[in-house]
Amino acid sequence: MSDDGLVMLQLCEPGETPAPHESERGAAVGIDLGTTNSVVALSFETEVEVLRAADGKALIPSVVHYKDDGEVVVGQAAREAILESPDHVVTSIKRLMGRGIEDVKSLAGTLPYTLEPNPDGGMVRLRVAGRVLTPVEISADILRAIKARAEEALLGKFVSRAVITVPAYFDDAARTATKDAARLADIEVLRLVNEPTAAALAYGLDNSVEGLYAVYDLGGGTFDISILKMEKGVFQVKATGGDAVLGGDDIDHSIAEHFLSQRKVAVGDHPISSGEVKQALMTARVAKECLTSRPSGEWMIEVDGKPSLHTMTREQLESLAAPFVERTISICRDVVEDAGIDVADIQGVVLVGGSTRMPLVRARVAEFFGRPPLSNINPDEVVAVGAALQAEALTVGSDTLLLDVTPLSLGIETMGGIVEKVIPRNTPIPVAMAQEFTTYQDGQSAMAIHVVQGEREMVDQNRSLARFVLRGIPPMTAGAARIRVQFQVDADGLLTVSATEMTTGVEQQVVVKPSYGLTDDEMATMLRDSLVHARDDMAQRLLTEAVVEAQRSVLAVQSALSVDQDLLSADERQAIDAAIEQVNAACAGSDRDAVTQAVDDLENATKSFAEKRMDRGIRNALAGMSVDRLDGALGGGE
Amino acid sequence: MVMTAQAMPALMPCWSCKGPVATRALFCSVCGAVQGPGPIDHFTRLGLKATFDVDLDELEKQYFGFQRRLHPDRFAAKTPKERALSQSQATALNEAYETLKDPLKRAAYLLELMGHKVDLTACGTISDKSLLMEQMEKREAIADADSVETITKLSAAADTDVLSCQCHISAAINGENLDEAVHLTIRLKYLVKLAEEARTKKSRLTRQAR
Repeated sequence: MSDDGLVMLQLCEPGETPAPHESERGAAVGIDLGTTNSVVALSFETEVEVLRAADGKALIPSVVHYKDDGEVVVGQAAREAILESPDHVVTSIKRLMGRGIEDVKSLAGTLPYTLEPNPDGGMVRLRVAGRVLTPVEISADILRAIKARAEEALLGKFVSRAVITVPAYFDDAARTATKDAARLADIEVLRLVNEPTAAALAYGLDNSVEGLYAVYDLGGGTFDISILKMEKGVFQVKATGGDAVLGGDDIDHSIAEHFLSQRKVAVGDHPISSGEVKQALMTARVAKECLTSRPSGEWMIEVDGKPSLHTMTREQLESLAAPFVERTISICRDVVEDAGIDVADIQGVVLVGGSTRMPLVRARVAEFFGRPPLSNINPDEVVAVGAALQAEALTVGSDTLLLDVTPLSLGIETMGGIVEKVIPRNTPIPVAMAQEFTTYQDGQSAMAIHVVQGEREMVDQNRSLARFVLRGIPPMTAGAARIRVQFQVDADGLLTVSATEMTTGVEQQVVVKPSYGLTDDEMATMLRDSLVHARDDMAQRLLTEAVVEAQRSVLAVQSALSVDQDLLSADERQAIDAAIEQVNAACAGSDRDAVTQAVDDLENATKSFAEKRMDRGIRNALAGMSVDRLDGALGGGE
Repeated sequence: MVMTAQAMPALMPCWSCKGPVATRALFCSVCGAVQGPGPIDHFTRLGLKATFDVDLDELEKQYFGFQRRLHPDRFAAKTPKERALSQSQATALNEAYETLKDPLKRAAYLLELMGHKVDLTACGTISDKSLLMEQMEKREAIADADSVETITKLSAAADTDVLSCQCHISAAINGENLDEAVHLTIRLKYLVKLAEEARTKKSRLTRQAR
């Protein structure tokens, strides 16, 4: 008999087994997929390296240029093309993730691209360079560029998995859209992590802070504020809030509008062209950045040979920006209240996002929290740093743990368009909660279920997430049926809904139609269109999964043998050893079917062994003997 | 084989190595595989004594400790089955934590464990006449409050009522006056609601005053 069993047993301490084939699965990076810029980083033994371009720049502008010849360019080169071919360049696509045409109407005047009407509703579609694209596809193009950047910086190492950050305040549709974009870009998402939580992780590890902290994250397109408790490596989000469409972009638009009205005076009243809008926006961004360090400046806008000169002081800028900054402070106030704490309890405020460079933002945040904010980690890079740390924690292991919450309440539409909340906001995830509903007509056999997200009382004031119909309710008098609707939010913050009619106990298969997402069919088509090597990659992934599962089975059997082998005759033992050999041999090959077949054979070969072990366990328990051993793994808190 | 249920810990086969494992175990003691959440009460799940007087620091410490071992982030690189089980475990821990953290939910839950169900979801009328009168009076006072000073006092008083009601619940449960405890828990529900209303009004008036 070999002593393999003992060696293997060491390897399978709970929670400590590194996944096999770790090196073959490629590097796991952290990606901050931003509205204006994106950043990618890699952590090795908690040392984080921000992956830079050859010129040392970390920021990849989240800008995509769709050329007429079909070439797709992302980043600085795309940003530079905005002026010459504004209709071919897409910026700030993150603001449209998981959004319907109604959602973006309020932005319509300021959106520098053409929206394509979509008769089926659902997520908006953009007309760019003669193509119709969804925000998911455009984000996937950005992610492909990020992946290429990372692989280049890592000298050709294969990057296949990532932690991708999302604004804490992103709703379910936007989260799903982000995950779909990663799938299109052939990146396996290890976890969607909220941006402020990622930033807290970066700070917590570097500065070993303890206590209550606030993370104020004002990016290009989104604002988030989270209150976290940090304690011995646990990062527990107490409350989170924000605005998914409030950010530096709004300030840029406000400055641009100011410039354009000045320009009308300078060059005469005329219909504003899309080229003028784009140039005004670029100038606005430059002006905003300049005025961070200087009291005033002067800029020129020239379109169609018509120049106009614009001056602005920091005071003017601040009066344009003030309404947006005040809105963030008001949200901070609500979140502090939600957390059930006093501003004075907060021991530090962390600044995240490029827009927190504005002196006005720093001053107002310092004033509200009564202390100067921390910003010793570059606010543009801190989220990616946290994401990279989490990617390492998820693949290699870690002593830290992030405990996050639902940002928005989830509920169901009831009679009269009123929302019945099923999961309140700031509930720790993962979470499962159920609510019972009943029929309101005799013999009612179907029930429409409408899932919404938001804090308002009426359905139409919240975001619609999905609708489905529960059919096959047995005929009963009104109010007799008991329909239990279960909401489940996973660690990525993604929702699944199921429904069961309780009197019959039959779970109904429900197909959820996402209100602003992509259907499975649409995703399948996009995957087919976009992934040249899709089949190979998918086959490789399935094989890897089968091998991991097979190795787990072998380890489990070997552990069982190490404690209960005396239950087996020599013949029986030999049969099991042979079956294990078969699995190991299959795992060394590349035939997935052979692997699963070998695992099935192993299961059959160990069936009677398993029965004998159960019998022994029950006998021992009846004899009061090995209760300690069986109970031992219950474990304690700390 | 005939088994007498009360005489032994419930056993079931480990899904991974198929050997016997206690239904309440988190991990199989033989193969180390994570198990699904067992049918145990919230206190047991977090390794706490079943009492109303939960030490919140201790609760948090236990909750963090169990999450450290069971959270899906610990199983991200594992097989889908292990990931799903860890998600169920973490979900059960969150439910236990959220229930025990909140005095109102904790009281109702503990009383139910002790065989006295408190229906907190019932939105029916208050059957207790004196409670009804008290609630109406206090609610009116909050609605009438028009200065930061007045509402601050009312809000502080409402918070004190909540705390004192919790003390009475604790005494009733510890003294095994469970009917009294049920009654007080229903009272606590209304007091908590009142305190929330006062707090909301207070922040509204404070904001207006700014």
